[in-house]
Amino acid sequence: MDKGNAISVRNLTKRFGSFTAVDHISFDVAKGEIFGFLGANGAGKTTAMRMLCGLSIPTEGDGSVAGCDIMTQAESIKRRIGYMSQKFSLYSGLTVEENIRLFSTIYGMTSKQIREASERLFKELGMQDMRRAYVKDIPVGWRQKLAFAVATIHKPEVVFLDEPTGGVDPVTRRKFWELIYKASSEGMTVFVTTHYLDEAEYCNRISIMVDGKLSALDSPAALKEKYHAATIDEVFRIVAQNAQRGD
Amino acid sequence: MNPRILKALLIKEIKLMKRNPLIPKIIIAMPIMVMLVLPLVANLDVKNVGVTVVDNDHSQLSRRMIADIGASEYLTVNAVAGTYDEAMASVERGEADVILTIPPHYSRNLSVGDAELDIEANGVNATKGMLGAQYVSQSVMETLSQWRSENGLSITVPETSIINLYNPTLNFRNYMVPALIVVLLIIICGFLPALNLVSEKESGTIEAMNVTPVSRFAFVLSKLIPFWIVGIIVVAVGMTVGWLVYGLAPAGNIGAIFLAAILFSLAMSGLGVTIANKSATMLQSIFVMFAFIMIFQLMSGLFTPIRSMPEWAQYVTYAIPPRYFIEIMRSVYLKGAGIIDLWPQYTAIAAFAVLLSLLAAITYNKRT
Amino acid sequence: MSIFRSLIKKEALHIVRDTRTMVITLLMPIVLLLLFGFAISTEVNDVRVVAVVDQYTDDTRDILQRLRVNEYLTFQGLTTPEDVNALLRSGKTDAALFLRSEEVELKSQIVVDASNTNTAQTATAYIRGVINSTSAKSTVLTNTLYNPQLKSAYNFVPGILGMIFILICAIMTSVSIVREKETGTMSLLLVSPVKPRTIILGKLIPYFLLSCVILTVMLLMAYTVLGLPVSSSVISVIAVSLLYIILSLSIGLMVSTVVDTQLTALIVSAVMFMLPVIMLSGMIFPIDNMPIVLQWISNIIPARWYIEAMRKLMVQQLAFSYIIKDVLILLVMTVVLLAASIAKFKSSTR
Repeated sequence: MDKGNAISVRNLTKRFGSFTAVDHISFDVAKGEIFGFLGANGAGKTTAMRMLCGLSIPTEGDGSVAGCDIMTQAESIKRRIGYMSQKFSLYSGLTVEENIRLFSTIYGMTSKQIREASERLFKELGMQDMRRAYVKDIPVGWRQKLAFAVATIHKPEVVFLDEPTGGVDPVTRRKFWELIYKASSEGMTVFVTTHYLDEAEYCNRISIMVDGKLSALDSPAALKEKYHAATIDEVFRIVAQNAQRGD
Repeated sequence: MNPRILKALLIKEIKLMKRNPLIPKIIIAMPIMVMLVLPLVANLDVKNVGVTVVDNDHSQLSRRMIADIGASEYLTVNAVAGTYDEAMASVERGEADVILTIPPHYSRNLSVGDAELDIEANGVNATKGMLGAQYVSQSVMETLSQWRSENGLSITVPETSIINLYNPTLNFRNYMVPALIVVLLIIICGFLPALNLVSEKESGTIEAMNVTPVSRFAFVLSKLIPFWIVGIIVVAVGMTVGWLVYGLAPAGNIGAIFLAAILFSLAMSGLGVTIANKSATMLQSIFVMFAFIMIFQLMSGLFTPIRSMPEWAQYVTYAIPPRYFIEIMRSVYLKGAGIIDLWPQYTAIAAFAVLLSLLAAITYNKRT
Repeated sequence: MSIFRSLIKKEALHIVRDTRTMVITLLMPIVLLLLFGFAISTEVNDVRVVAVVDQYTDDTRDILQRLRVNEYLTFQGLTTPEDVNALLRSGKTDAALFLRSEEVELKSQIVVDASNTNTAQTATAYIRGVINSTSAKSTVLTNTLYNPQLKSAYNFVPGILGMIFILICAIMTSVSIVREKETGTMSLLLVSPVKPRTIILGKLIPYFLLSCVILTVMLLMAYTVLGLPVSSSVISVIAVSLLYIILSLSIGLMVSTVVDTQLTALIVSAVMFMLPVIMLSGMIFPIDNMPIVLQWISNIIPARWYIEAMRKLMVQQLAFSYIIKDVLILLVMTVVLLAASIAKFKSSTR
């Protein structure tokens, strides 16, 4: 395994009974890279990501995330990564500030660090007037930005984003990607799954999962050239045309 | 386990609990409702036993027996039937609980030698039938011994006085009220943690926790500890209602009650979290919890004495945590017993509290 | 008819797949029945007693001997007046009998732990019986009608059934229908050409069948393990139970038409139906003992009438003519609830 890679997996596999959700996938993600993970519903994206985050035990294969072994060092991985999903994320009955304090304490930050980090965060996001608002009362777009900020507050080596822009309008999505770029420029590795194929263009490299297998992996430009397609959307349709699973 | 992390998690749990629209109401209103209604309903006190007398003797003595039964506090003579069949019919209609049959020539036979009376109890309601039969038999015996001494047939009967310790008025409520506080804790500290955890599963916030480096012991403890506070509130409300409405205050130390309540809440919430860990849906966790609660209520000696159970069942009750708490509550409330008198019970509850909380932490999986 | 069949199959699969819930619904009534039958008893048949005697005479020896041999009493031996209080307080004994000889007369005093009033009264009665029989032969024969072993088991069979059917028919059914509402599959079905009637029946029939399975198991157990006498009343027992199952299903349907989330369905069914069944139906606590207002309330609880009818049939072995009133009340309740919930279901689908 290359020490220069943030994520590196070989033959990663997950079976649920007789169903193989993820089927021997292998790939590397370089440090500081924005890595897009594409696929139809049920292709196995989320299962693969859950294995990388230490939420799900791989049936087979090996690999490392942020220098820790995914089979044996799941809890060490959790200290070095951030995670945000569309479904989760924050406690809706807690205020913005309370959520920040809760998660940053869990990541072992001191009170002083927390104070400084949240001041910076409120300023950057322009959320000063929302500090005491309940998360359930703030608009979805803000909630997503806040969730991202919380997932990266402890400056993790890798941040995993599971469909982070689901249900968000295009303008907010654009702003969200600015946050991702900023994190990446600070040296964070970003692993993102998405439905929106136009977003794939923002990634350094993308992979496309079909029926639990990795069917394509390269930079967006290289993929378009390889499949003689004008957009990633077209690439996706060509790669995924023989898919058995999903909708 | 980092105490700062545990503290942060606890703050989160308590804030969420306080802000929940339902939970604070349940914690306050349910004890009040239960303590107001249940003692009225959960009344296994036997009163108004209906007695039908089949008087085949028609003597002065038999009439006196009937009159004495009628005068008894617990008994009512609802009919004097001519035949046994008539009496049976009144049992079948549900009017009579006990039949007293006085045979023909009873009083004449009695003056010569021995004579027998028949008492039959309706076994449909076992307690009422049995106690009713005893009351009738007692009343009849008293009439008989009076009659004997009046007629010079007397052989000295020792005078008997009775002292009812701890509950001189023989009020069944005094027996039930302390135990009902236990029922409240079983229900509240059993269901709420289970529902809490399952709803975190359903909303997905549990994923957010699982992907952080938080230790599962800290996470599970943060789910259990708030129920110490809940337990204390529930017990305090229950005791206040018991005192204001039923005039019942503990004869023993209140601290002994709260100590037991904290240990017991921990045991129950540990069970609730364990069940939630193993359940996929809300319905499932509720059904499993319901099954436990039914068995707990039946086997803990809440309504029926443990000592009336067969031996194997008495052994089973040692595995029922509320058994110990009920014993503590009744002893502290009525007998004024203290922690030292009840150390085996306290040790048992503490052991259950530790065991079930550990089980909750072990069954909680951050990785699947 | 194939749509109907596939709807039933879908629902049945759904029930069977949730193994844990399934096992609980089947096992719980059996466990409860066994507990009621073999573990729990309200009768007080073992009173522990100690004695304090100041002087041994023939009379006191006689009484002590009788205490030893009485099958309802466990004589724990002699003790001193000072120890009695500690023994009672720590619950190591139930009663203490003091025998005092004053000149020629014997005086006795029973000190009993009255915290449990029923145990106390029974203990007093047993001990008094022992004392009194010193001077006169027992002249009173006591026996029990219907239920000779005084086992409370038969008495509880109707109650357990009354509770389990509410659990399955009202709670499971309403939660299952509401879940389909939550996930939106219900609207999918409703916009399809399938008639609402077919959808409802497809939902209810599997739960009806599950209830029938439980009824069969419970009756078999009652007639074999508990030794309930088999008589012609079996047919009436089954008929009344089927009526009650249908009634419970209409409660489930009713709940599902008025609530929107699974959690609300659970809470409504539990608070409005489950608790009253346990508390007010006479299942555990006799209705006669309740305050009059609660007795009135118990009249509107279906389980009350079901339990009453079943007890008459199973325990007292009475003929059907004795339960006509109960059956009529159940029938009226069923018709009203069913009509109301179907009307509500139809109006809510439009």
